[in-house]
Amino acid sequence: MTLIDFANPSRFLSFTDRVLAWLAAATLLAFAFGFSQVIAAPDDYQQGATVKIMFIHVPAAWLGIFAWGLMSVAALGTLVWRHPLADVAAKAAAPIGAAFTLICLITGSLWGRPMWGTYWVWDARLTSVLVLFLMYLGVIALWRTIDDPTRAARAAAVLTLVGAINLPIIKFSVDWWNTLHQPASVLRLGGPTIHPALLVPLILMAVAFMLLFLTLHLAAMRNEIMRRRLRTLQMLQARAAAGH
Amino acid sequence: MTALAALFVRDMRLAVRVGGGALIGVLFFLIVVTLTPFALGPDLALLARVGPAILWLGALLASLLALDRLIAMDHEDGSLDLILTARVPLELAVAAKALAHWLTTGLPLVVAAPLLGFLLNLEPKATGAVALTLLAGTPALTFIGLIGAALTVALRRGGLLLAVLVLPLTVPVLIFGVAASNAAIVGPVPFATPFAILCALTLMSLVVGPFAAAAALRHGLE
Amino acid sequence: MNLGPHAAFIVTAYAAATVIVAGMIAWVTLDRRQLTRELDDLEARGVTRRSQRAGEDAP
Repeated sequence: MTLIDFANPSRFLSFTDRVLAWLAAATLLAFAFGFSQVIAAPDDYQQGATVKIMFIHVPAAWLGIFAWGLMSVAALGTLVWRHPLADVAAKAAAPIGAAFTLICLITGSLWGRPMWGTYWVWDARLTSVLVLFLMYLGVIALWRTIDDPTRAARAAAVLTLVGAINLPIIKFSVDWWNTLHQPASVLRLGGPTIHPALLVPLILMAVAFMLLFLTLHLAAMRNEIMRRRLRTLQMLQARAAAGH
Repeated sequence: MTALAALFVRDMRLAVRVGGGALIGVLFFLIVVTLTPFALGPDLALLARVGPAILWLGALLASLLALDRLIAMDHEDGSLDLILTARVPLELAVAAKALAHWLTTGLPLVVAAPLLGFLLNLEPKATGAVALTLLAGTPALTFIGLIGAALTVALRRGGLLLAVLVLPLTVPVLIFGVAASNAAIVGPVPFATPFAILCALTLMSLVVGPFAAAAALRHGLE
Repeated sequence: MNLGPHAAFIVTAYAAATVIVAGMIAWVTLDRRQLTRELDDLEARGVTRRSQRAGEDAP
């Protein structure tokens, strides 16, 4: 099956109905295995057990950025190829990406408190993630403010691509800003390198998070297709009631 | 006169007319800079220390508020449709509009900055640095804002959404604008480095802004 | 499992992540339930899409 075969929403829906249960099961398994490794993981010699927060914080950050990347590819699908499922994929991804970014921010704050003493220290990486979170909220607001789904999709697509171009620039700027104001310290959550014994649980949790994202995204895409059908039917009904 | 030049002159004329918004931006800038000592206290040393930041934030907000005149006005009176269907490439048309907008709303902010720096107890060297960075950075604010204006053009109450969309994109400009100003005042980084990056950001926005805005207008108003 | 002196932070972090993920799952599930209900409702009232009436999915 090629990508264009999935352009038919009905075919896509039957595909998701078959696949979703397996994906959900795979996600649960991955988390079960991942958690077992998290529990078994050794303590970091500097941070003690708090390093276990990293196993959620870092994958959440990766997924938050991945989701914007996915939205950018979908944006190209909308603007360049007019692929009908691109709109749906982009709209479904935004709240999920925002949620993962929020998890990253909250766990980052809780990780920083025992290490640095306050809940928020304007660390370069966390601040960049904060700006990313604000951009997610902006694109979600744009989706919800424009009535027509096609127009909303195109506006969101332009904003997503502009955001994709800007995100590396923002990251670079915030890094610069951070070194300007904290020249002496090299504060870096997680230390300069990750001990190999901690790498395995991290990768496992990252895989579990990715499967979770895919499951949620597919389910949300299915809902979005249903929502569009509902809207079409409601408009048909309104037109019929008006006597056309 | 070419169509592009005519569009440019038209926008300039509209902006400087009564109710045109050219000086309202400066007035808002003045008010914001006046408000901050009320919030911070009249400690002159503190004001001098954060002066560049206050001036940059004030200029940023003033630029932001003026953006709804950029495209929405044309959408309301129908001239946007003419611009969309004209033979002039849409990217150039919106760039011309943005240039006119910057000359009439951004540049006055740059001119007003030294006077306001005086209120904030900034030394002449500091004020000069801030004015120079504003000169280099306010075009970026206008051209990035152009994108937000194009995205929200058809929305009736799009003002706050415009701000929400545009402000995260202006974070790099703000960072390097203030960094360059402070570099000129206290060092340790030489002024040239952040200033060069600021100029690079502006140059990028001169390209990305019109292309993104044109795409947003084309796709959004079909 | 000894989580050390900062156990509260670790537990809170995992709890917060769980709550947010549970929220996402709930959103997707409840949304689907409501959409299915509304779609079935409209279908019961005879409002259908052209392709459904034609008896086959549009290619």
